[in-house]
Amino acid sequence: MDGKSTDIKEFLEFVYSFYKTMKEQRVQLVYEGEITHQITKAFTSLTETNMELDAESQSTQKKVFHVMVECLQNVGKHADCLECTDSRKDGRGTFILCKGNDEYTITTGNIVNKIKIPEMVEVLEKINSLDKEGLKQLYKQQIKEGRLSNKGGAGLGFIDIAKKTGNPLYYNFLSINEEFSFFVLTSVISRYND
Amino acid sequence: MEVIKIVGTDDTPSVTLDVANEIFEISGRSLPEDVAAFYEPILDWLERYSEEASGKTAFNFKLVYFNTASSKMILDILLKLEEMYESGKEVLVRWHYPEDDEDMQEAGEEYADIVEVPFEQISYSMD
Repeated sequence: MDGKSTDIKEFLEFVYSFYKTMKEQRVQLVYEGEITHQITKAFTSLTETNMELDAESQSTQKKVFHVMVECLQNVGKHADCLECTDSRKDGRGTFILCKGNDEYTITTGNIVNKIKIPEMVEVLEKINSLDKEGLKQLYKQQIKEGRLSNKGGAGLGFIDIAKKTGNPLYYNFLSINEEFSFFVLTSVISRYND
Repeated sequence: MEVIKIVGTDDTPSVTLDVANEIFEISGRSLPEDVAAFYEPILDWLERYSEEASGKTAFNFKLVYFNTASSKMILDILLKLEEMYESGKEVLVRWHYPEDDEDMQEAGEEYADIVEVPFEQISYSMD
């Protein structure tokens, strides 16, 4: 067997193991690339259809929709890139939706400049330290004082996700090089709230 | 004043601003690609309307979903209505929410806390 067919064989095995991993992790949707408004619409619409077929409660459907939009828009608006070119811009990242027996997990991963990390950690830790009432107060404060950024963000996304899910924001920053890290954020939505 | 009538889509709300027929309403879903561009004409219209409003302004919000970027613009609309109320105009905000949607009900309560304007919460059935 020559080198090329060995490569292809390995690739086909990779596809099968990738498929198995997705099944094990109950991945419903996975994506890597630019996050645009069209992508956000397509993913939320597809997920809504699936949840409708699964007879998911209205409350869960709305929460999943809500968190998906905020997470995808966060990446689309805030992700940095390692080597920006005309064809490779900011606003790229990975998106993974998993459906477990008791919950949906919505995960985004994107590159951030390390300069931003201390401020992000401060915000995320503050949100995770607050209860429902505290989150409400923080939301009201931010909506009153915050201004719409030039990217169209209101600085409310993380707070809103925590408010809607009632769960902490799970996150990590994995160092890529001196300048950049990979930011992973996972939100958990219980399927049975009532 | 000219009538604003925007037909909603799956990511933008329906908007009717019609002084002659006393209809002031925003309904549906709001996650426009460019929130500022979508809401700017509405805020401009309200700015002009606030100067000449003579009768009662009952503004209806009947949203089923809005993203956080839109929530900021909704507050801007409410602040405009608050300004009108404070200058002596008759203003009422009616916040409609689906009866089983606690999050939308809560969103109304939060806005009612922030702005000083008569605020009515109305639940409706989706059936």
